[in-house]
Amino acid sequence: MTTTTTTGPILSEPLREKIRAFFPRYPSKRAVTLPALHLVQEHFRCVPNQAMAEIAELLEITPAEVHDTMSFYGFFSQAPLGDVRVWVCRSISCALRGGDELLRHACQRLGVEPGGTSADGKITIELAECLGLCDYAPAALSDDGRIYGPLDEPSMDRVLELARQGPVADPPPTPVIAAESTRH
Amino acid sequence: MPAFEPVLTRNFAIPDAHTLPVYEARGGYQAARRVLKDLSPDAVVQLVKESELRGRGGAGFPTGMKWTFLPKDRKETLMCINADESEPATFNNRQLMERDPHQLIEGILLGCFATRASVAYLYLRFEYINAFRILERAIDEARAAGHLGKNIHGSGFDLEIYLHRGAGAYICGEETGLIESLEGKRGWPRIKPPFPAIEGAFRKPTVVNNVETLCCVPHILDRGAAWFKSIGTPKSYGPKLYTISGHVNRQVCVELPLGVTARELIDEHGGGCWKGRQVKAVVPGGISMGLMSAAELDTKLDFEDIRKTGCLGLGTAAVTVMDDHTSMVDYLHNTCRFFAHESCGQCTPCREGTTWFSKTMTRIKAGGGRIEDLDILRHLAQNMGITPGTTICGLADGAAWPIRNALDKFRPEFEDYIRTHQNPAAAVTPLQQAVARGKPTDPVVLHQIQLKAAALAARPAAVAAIPGP
Ligand SMILES: Cc1cc2nc3c(=O)[nH]c(=O)nc-3n(C[C@H](O)[C@H](O)[C@H](O)COP(=O)(O)O)c2cc1C
Ligand code: SF4
Ligand code: FES
Repeated sequence: MTTTTTTGPILSEPLREKIRAFFPRYPSKRAVTLPALHLVQEHFRCVPNQAMAEIAELLEITPAEVHDTMSFYGFFSQAPLGDVRVWVCRSISCALRGGDELLRHACQRLGVEPGGTSADGKITIELAECLGLCDYAPAALSDDGRIYGPLDEPSMDRVLELARQGPVADPPPTPVIAAESTRH
Repeated sequence: MPAFEPVLTRNFAIPDAHTLPVYEARGGYQAARRVLKDLSPDAVVQLVKESELRGRGGAGFPTGMKWTFLPKDRKETLMCINADESEPATFNNRQLMERDPHQLIEGILLGCFATRASVAYLYLRFEYINAFRILERAIDEARAAGHLGKNIHGSGFDLEIYLHRGAGAYICGEETGLIESLEGKRGWPRIKPPFPAIEGAFRKPTVVNNVETLCCVPHILDRGAAWFKSIGTPKSYGPKLYTISGHVNRQVCVELPLGVTARELIDEHGGGCWKGRQVKAVVPGGISMGLMSAAELDTKLDFEDIRKTGCLGLGTAAVTVMDDHTSMVDYLHNTCRFFAHESCGQCTPCREGTTWFSKTMTRIKAGGGRIEDLDILRHLAQNMGITPGTTICGLADGAAWPIRNALDKFRPEFEDYIRTHQNPAAAVTPLQQAVARGKPTDPVVLHQIQLKAAALAARPAAVAAIPGP
């Protein structure tokens, strides 16, 4: 004998509508996988298994195909992300100016490893390969679009303080925090 | 020679240049209006061919020629704009998109008109959040003004541009990795042929072009192929955005004629090497391209001259400067770590090779190196990539080139480092240590060691002290 528990779908109708709005752009529905995963992660701050099954149904592919794509990209997370996700670059131009040390410093401040979320659930800290912000190296980026750099340890502390206050809607195109010594 | 007049960046200093009214007031969309009214698509292809514009995305393939590879009898064409810009030290596409988005849109419009593509997907790396917002607005503005949409400027030509955001994978910059990713799959590059021009996205003939390549197109149509060819060096014509970062006083993006030397870039545009130090080595065009030593700083950074130094090519023209305090071991460790992180895992030589490179460099850096490691590294680097024909895409070549160049140009330093940094504990990899501690999912963190040469026994004894596998 089996017991079945029925749970409702987790993707709301407005979210589904947003996903469907991408259909006319592509010759295949499968091409909407990345846009759909982005919408889901933006909404839930993670990609739940159930959401992947529902995306699959919308796109007329299998859950395994959605999962295959999802797991390839470092961007998607099955564990819930903090309110703000901060990437610290460790690629060459940043590393030459202390990127690795800054990442370690930020992790120590939050008491987590790269990829971890602070205990209060406010910040997820991530290592990043080049963020394309090398003019501000060593640089960091948060997922609300704010950019930071060139950084040193005191300014990295201020980045974390600012991130702790939550995301902003209108990030400026220039760094919001930079090391004192680099301000002109 | 007449003074060089920047064209790609000519609007960068103008307030609100990212808005349509300002772009139009500066002469924007004039070329598109005229071309769509007066020229045939084939005439545009011909002009771009005559200009000898070469792709700015890394490979330097002639753009006009690429466009002629499309089948003559095709029913449909797709355009993909490669804005995945993830090559370490590269940020020129970001500048072009954030500061003058309409220049890019006009370039896309002309490129699509030439190739008769009525849909264009702009594949933008996710991290370019500002660029995404700016482009989204600019595309809306352009559509509202009739520069996009149906029957553009009464020519009967239709075009829609869709932004497609990536998800943090370097390999999606490779053109067929990009296409797979666009189709909703993992970004695994395809075996070529067929090339995208024959069978690309959604199995349709597809053109993939870089952002900067397309930004050159309106200017070529505006000023002519002869003007374009009056800039630069033989076989490398036109203006180019160079980026300079690392150990310089000013980390900047500058537009210059193709063929400036690394020395000029560093001294005149980067404000010289920082802290009053000397340059030791330079990454010429993103880390995939290899390494130039200080003795090679007078090499012209164009598609041809650079190869004389043993570097792979011009790449993205992203110059990273390293001062004389930099350890080449650190440099090589960093590049190997990058490629191990970014290999898509599809081909065995690349998947296994990049991982092994990274582990070996980690071990060497931590004090567990053997001189033989250098020979194995060099040997493997010779046999991995599309150059020797063992992998599907060029990422593997990019992983191999820093090793080839660093060992050919700085081998004594590596040997010296290995001899003077011997720490028996380092023979165990950080991952093995993590597993031993019962935390196998620990990220691999490099443990810092400070070892002094004098404190070490002669090398043979140190090697004997390292437990075998
Ligand atoms: C591993 C790898 C990564 C690449 N990344 C990019 C990139 O981020 N942007 C880009 O324009 N081209 C990149 N390319 C080059 C593209 O495959 C392709 O040559 C280019 O987009 C063609 O455009 P173009 O002819 O206008 O240069 C990459 C190539 C490889 C092998
Ligand atoms: S060479 Fe490397 S990155 Fe390219 S397809 Fe093969 S495994 Fe993937
Ligand atoms: S190397 Fe760090 S942002 Fe480019």
